[in-house]
Amino acid sequence: MTTVPPVPAAARLRPADLAGLASIGLRTRRLRAALSALGIALGVAAIVAVLGLAASSQAALLNEIQALGTNLLTVGNGQTFGGATAELPPAAPGMIARLPGVTAVQDTGAVGGINVYKSPLVPPVETNGLSVDAATLGLPAVAGTSVAQGGYLNAATARAPAAVLGATAARLLGFDRIRPGTRIWLSGGSFGGQWFYLSGILRPDTYAPELDAAVLVGFPAAQRYLGFDGHPSQVYVRTASDPAVTARVDGLLAAQANPENPGQVTVSQPSAALTAQADAKGALDTLFLGLGAVALLVGAIGVANIMVISVLERRQEIGLRRALGATRGQVRGQFLAEAVLLSLAGGACGVAAGATATAAYARAHGEAVVIPPDAWGGGLAAAVVIGALAGLLPAIRAARLSPTRALWSI
Amino acid sequence: MRQDPEPCTALLRARGLVKEYKSGGGSVEAVRGVDLEVGAGEFVAIMGPSGSGKSTLLHVLGGLEPATRGEIWLRGKRADGLSPSAWAVLRRRHVGFVFQFFNLLSTMTVADNVELPALLAGATPKQARKRREELLAELGITAKADAPPSRLSGGEQQRVALARALANEPSLLLADEPTGNLDSANTNDVLRLLRRAHAGGQTILMVTHDAKVAGLADRVVNLFDGMIADDARVVPAQRLKGQRRETAIGNFLELSG
Ligand SMILES: Nc1ncnc2c1ncn2[C@@H]1O[C@H](COP(=O)(O)OP(=O)(O)OP(=O)(O)O)[C@@H](O)[C@H]1O
Ligand SMILES: [Mg+2]
Repeated sequence: MTTVPPVPAAARLRPADLAGLASIGLRTRRLRAALSALGIALGVAAIVAVLGLAASSQAALLNEIQALGTNLLTVGNGQTFGGATAELPPAAPGMIARLPGVTAVQDTGAVGGINVYKSPLVPPVETNGLSVDAATLGLPAVAGTSVAQGGYLNAATARAPAAVLGATAARLLGFDRIRPGTRIWLSGGSFGGQWFYLSGILRPDTYAPELDAAVLVGFPAAQRYLGFDGHPSQVYVRTASDPAVTARVDGLLAAQANPENPGQVTVSQPSAALTAQADAKGALDTLFLGLGAVALLVGAIGVANIMVISVLERRQEIGLRRALGATRGQVRGQFLAEAVLLSLAGGACGVAAGATATAAYARAHGEAVVIPPDAWGGGLAAAVVIGALAGLLPAIRAARLSPTRALWSI
Repeated sequence: MRQDPEPCTALLRARGLVKEYKSGGGSVEAVRGVDLEVGAGEFVAIMGPSGSGKSTLLHVLGGLEPATRGEIWLRGKRADGLSPSAWAVLRRRHVGFVFQFFNLLSTMTVADNVELPALLAGATPKQARKRREELLAELGITAKADAPPSRLSGGEQQRVALARALANEPSLLLADEPTGNLDSANTNDVLRLLRRAHAGGQTILMVTHDAKVAGLADRVVNLFDGMIADDARVVPAQRLKGQRRETAIGNFLELSG
């Protein structure tokens, strides 16, 4: 019936305007805003740190595995049906070396009944639990370690009374460097005893921890001085670095090492066990995650609280905005944006704090710092969701206020 | 200019307007059947004793409170059935409010206060800033643009509120005792500005207690107990429209010069 120019549609506040409007409420009440965002910050920081620490130590282990290679297989003594130790045949290393895909084979043989002492004066019961093994000349590189001090056995020292200490063995015996003429006393059982000169000390071996507590001597020397029977007890096998080749060789090793009793051989892949361990490190510390969640909840209550107060304090402003033409939706949006902004600010501080804690811890442990995107992304997302939830009710209340009621209540 | 079944040139028309407040068990009828027409360009003063329903009438006419009964026509269109948000959108362009206690946002600068309506109406920040600069210059408060409202005198604050109300060039300016809280010097300042806006063609509906202030209007409506007791023109209705326009232009030229 009338021709009146249409009223403009409800103009939406642009996100930038909304953020500007929302930040006014926060900027004018800094201390209170900071305190209520603290809970969110703590919660997010705890979660980011838990995820970051797990990821960093996992990455460190995976890096180590990467560096050591995943193509090491070990073949060891098994058990007979009777439960006794089944020794590998002396020919096993040679047989294994003939398998296609195998690139290196080294082995050790346990020399039973021999104990290691710093000198003959040490009481015989203080054996330190060290084992004496005969070892081949290329063992360290294949088994995933290297020489830390001195030198490894060579063709000459393998025939002489000379020994190389694993990392733990050196520590337990009290050696941290090799001086000319340093020697250890090997004795046991019917065998009277023999000085062995120290040739070197190995680094800790992640793949073959059994070598850490071992005193290694040459095969000829073991037979000559210690009455060793020459049976290998552990064979270290490297394959081509194609995982498929490693898997194929893995399947063939038992039969190749002991064709008569393949069931009496233990074959393992050290990297597989370590990878499982790395996965376990990547698993989360549920206690700390729980604490983080509680802090987030407290933070959410804090944000909701400050928003309720903010709505009460700003009733006049709300009424005025409505009088000037702000729709209920815009008022709701303004307070919701304020809650989200507050919570997001807390979340950002939390991510920064969590990342700093992770970095400090990882540096102290010589690990690379890894903050997974899930951690900081999730932390910020959680902050936004919490802000929205905490701000929802106060925002709805603000929008419901009658403009005049809001204007005149001072 | 409008083809209405009953031709109507009024910018604002109220028919049988009733506003009932429900409080606790009982209810108060603050406005009890008001019929009112305000033509485009008119300056109407509403007077009446305290509690007679002046503020309530203004709020209902501007959509801040819903009417209980009766019709409101704004610019030839029914407005009484609009939702709160539709009223808000209507106010952006067509209704400006000025209040007794200025109601400036204390957390924003003077400039931001004046820009707010334009931004709410969807203007770009650039347009809003331009309009704000014009208005503050017109009302002589450019120097205080970046100050918080609390640093301004009452008269200055009311001038800012007036600038804000006029920011979107509303069809109708509703002023509730705009000088009620000002001393006489500041009252004169604000009245001068209202008169100038009126001279520029602005339609004004102003509540006041002060007969001298009401004397500036074209028309004085007396409200008593929620009903119109008296509605009289102060000056001859035959004011020349064309002449007024020229005066308005002259005034603005004078100002900008
Ligand atoms: N929100 C409300 N709820 C209940 N009653 C109200 C409300 N607002 C106003 N009233 C009542 O309505 C009547 C009119 O009030 P109103 O504020 O419109 O008067 P007024 O003419 O503006 O008075 P004054 O000159 O003092 O400003 C009064 O009796 C008042 O108590
Ligand atoms: Mg009043």
